[in-house]
Amino acid sequence: MTAPTIRFGLSALTAIAVAVALAGCVANSQRADAAALSVESTADDCVLSSTSAPSGTVAFDVTNSTDIATEFYLLADDGLRIVGEVENIAPGAPRTLTLALQPGEYFTVCKPGMIGDGVGRAAFTVTDSGSTVEPTGDEAQRLDAAAANYVAYVKDQVAQLVPATRAFLDAYRAGDDDTARSLYATSRAYYERIEPVAESFGDLDPSIDFREADVAEGDEWTGWHRIEKDLWPPADSGYVALTADERSYFSDLLTTDTQALFDAVYATDYSVTIDAISNGAIGLLDEVASGKITGEEEIWSHTDLWDFQGNLEGARVAYEGVRDIVEPGDPELVGTLDAEFAELEAQLATFGSLESGFTYYDDLTTDQVKGLADGVNALAEPLSRLTAALVD
Amino acid sequence: MAADEAPGAERLTATPSANEQPGLSRRRLLGLVGAGAVGAGVGIAADRAVLAAGAAMTSGAASSYPFYGTHQSGIVTAAQDRLHFASFDVGDISRDELIYLLRDWTVAAAQLTRGLDAGDGGAVGGAYDAPPSDTGEAIGLPPAGLTITVGFGPGLFQSADGRDRFGLASRRPEELIDLPHFSGDALVESQTGGDLCIQACSDDPQVAVHAVRNLSRIAFGRASIRWSQLGFGRTSSTTRGQVTSRNLFGFKDGTANVKAEDTALVNDHVWASAAQSQPWMAGGSFLVARKIRMTIETWDRASLREQERVIGRTKGDGAPLTGGDEFAGLDLDRTTGDGIPLIDEAAHVRLAHPDSTGGAVLLRRGYNFVDGNDDLGRLSAGLFFLCYQSDPRTQFVPVQANLAANDAMNEYVRHIGSAIFAVPPGASEGSYLGAPLFA
Repeated sequence: MTAPTIRFGLSALTAIAVAVALAGCVANSQRADAAALSVESTADDCVLSSTSAPSGTVAFDVTNSTDIATEFYLLADDGLRIVGEVENIAPGAPRTLTLALQPGEYFTVCKPGMIGDGVGRAAFTVTDSGSTVEPTGDEAQRLDAAAANYVAYVKDQVAQLVPATRAFLDAYRAGDDDTARSLYATSRAYYERIEPVAESFGDLDPSIDFREADVAEGDEWTGWHRIEKDLWPPADSGYVALTADERSYFSDLLTTDTQALFDAVYATDYSVTIDAISNGAIGLLDEVASGKITGEEEIWSHTDLWDFQGNLEGARVAYEGVRDIVEPGDPELVGTLDAEFAELEAQLATFGSLESGFTYYDDLTTDQVKGLADGVNALAEPLSRLTAALVD
Repeated sequence: MAADEAPGAERLTATPSANEQPGLSRRRLLGLVGAGAVGAGVGIAADRAVLAAGAAMTSGAASSYPFYGTHQSGIVTAAQDRLHFASFDVGDISRDELIYLLRDWTVAAAQLTRGLDAGDGGAVGGAYDAPPSDTGEAIGLPPAGLTITVGFGPGLFQSADGRDRFGLASRRPEELIDLPHFSGDALVESQTGGDLCIQACSDDPQVAVHAVRNLSRIAFGRASIRWSQLGFGRTSSTTRGQVTSRNLFGFKDGTANVKAEDTALVNDHVWASAAQSQPWMAGGSFLVARKIRMTIETWDRASLREQERVIGRTKGDGAPLTGGDEFAGLDLDRTTGDGIPLIDEAAHVRLAHPDSTGGAVLLRRGYNFVDGNDDLGRLSAGLFFLCYQSDPRTQFVPVQANLAANDAMNEYVRHIGSAIFAVPPGASEGSYLGAPLFA
């Protein structure tokens, strides 16, 4: 990470209660015409009455047959962006998620206990019913809905970060360095996707994600990169490995800080402004340009491209959340951004994926790094105009 | 709203002072530099830049040169004091996208050379939630004689792997050769070549940097900087009115350069004509750039005798070692009583003389550079050599071949960067740089 940015400010100005905003997506009068599906959230599955629905208004009636509160998500075809979600579904108290859905591919998933990456993730298809699906609500409502969906996305990512971090730290604490190293970069992806959010909470990002060079003389260095150095110790520099007690100490701190991030985004008054979303997308690309493309972020593990992928996915999700709002006023910008996102994603994919791993930064040639930097510039320059197109 | 209509977008209008010192106006005249001696002056060249400069006749800072015209400015324009040069690699874009880049550059360059901000809205007049279209460091600065000159490298016509990316292969000028390897070349790949170039010259370094910065920003996603070079202390005068300046060897450089006033020389040796290999180049020129590192620490330990022997001129006033003043002709045959040539057989001035190069003449427009220092604590200093000509095959190449093989100066210099560009003719208003190439 870099020095905290002020771009991703939080504001109470457009404080949104998620459930309210999402319900507002669809006018009550349309409810009667909605295609209705049932969803059952069980301990280990998420069972839908149908894996497809015609485009238009779709209502998901979610029941919870576990003994803890659950959530239901409809995700976009990237498996990341949240199209709609309903949370805090108590056992025996069904809730309904009603959405106006365009034809396309989606994913459904339930999340009992409201943490982790969920259960029963399955493909869901919206077929073309032939009727045009108009955006519902006025612009203010659409902005509110976009903000609400982004908050839900942030929560979803943090909810997956917590157990992923735990698994990583369990291995590290136990001295299973191979496992810890294998989990390091993929666990961090949840964090990298929402990094500007974490940076908005003042003290959290420094203690979670500061690089050694970011720490002022006399301050304590903690977090992911402290552990990274211990797992990939520099050769021939007299580095002293951390003791078991020290491992526990730094692991406990990271656990506590990650939980604090979770608590912050799950606070009932947590909200984001619409410009915070677009500026978050811009900020994520800046992260790539300033830290990842230079190999400075992961100086010991050289897993910078994993972070790059996380940042890029996070930027894409933020952009997609406001894309349809921007498009009528600036179709040219949207066209450019659609193309540049696709191009950079394809370029980065030539170096690997989060699932199969990426090329390590120190194995990249100078020309490859320059090519990636050019791709980042090509996207970041038009992306920097997104906020103005959204709010002006 | 166009930027030039935006309130506050215009930084400063050139306002010639009525009581301008005549001496200052000499800086506004144009010049040509040649490797050879030049004949008697044949009058002021009828170049638009000359005329414009004559019309302005201001001190350097406030003057501006018109961007549109028959020739690009920045060639026979009186050499400004500062340079920012950038070479670009063109990305994986289409022919149309390349044309749009050149259009965007043309519009922005026309704004910048007038002392305006780049883009709609400029540095502070745009949307508050958007990044300003201009980067802002030139707010309040005058045009400062800014010229922006754009060139096309060989890679635009044929990529390194032989592809004709933009359908331009058949339009590559024969004069735009891949330069041969010269004896002693120590070229660094990262400071060599390029598909496009921008030469920004100004009397204010910040104005030149501002130009390259904004133009490279405009190119993001289409072209990216391959290498760039800052220069100071023009090492050539390109007009008779300009005092001959010194390179980092401490010697006057460009005394015998072709000058702008030598219209016939300029037309014959600098501007490409329609009769050459590609008619679209008519009114353009060919630019060779060489980054020449000087080992100045070693040079500074050489005796004055040795230094003058290497150059072939006196260090003080730049006169030939065969006598006279700075502008006296060379007497290459004159010897001492012992039969030893007064101008050494290996002296730089002898080898660069047209008599030694088959009459080849160059318009030189180089700048000194110091890029910090190297790992040994030596200044990374030298000469960023720029020369314009109508055909490098008969001009730069024979001159450099002769120097590379024989020049006593080679002990103190090393060529570490090299590039060649076809500099298209100027654009007319409403059109764009390079339009004839794509016609």
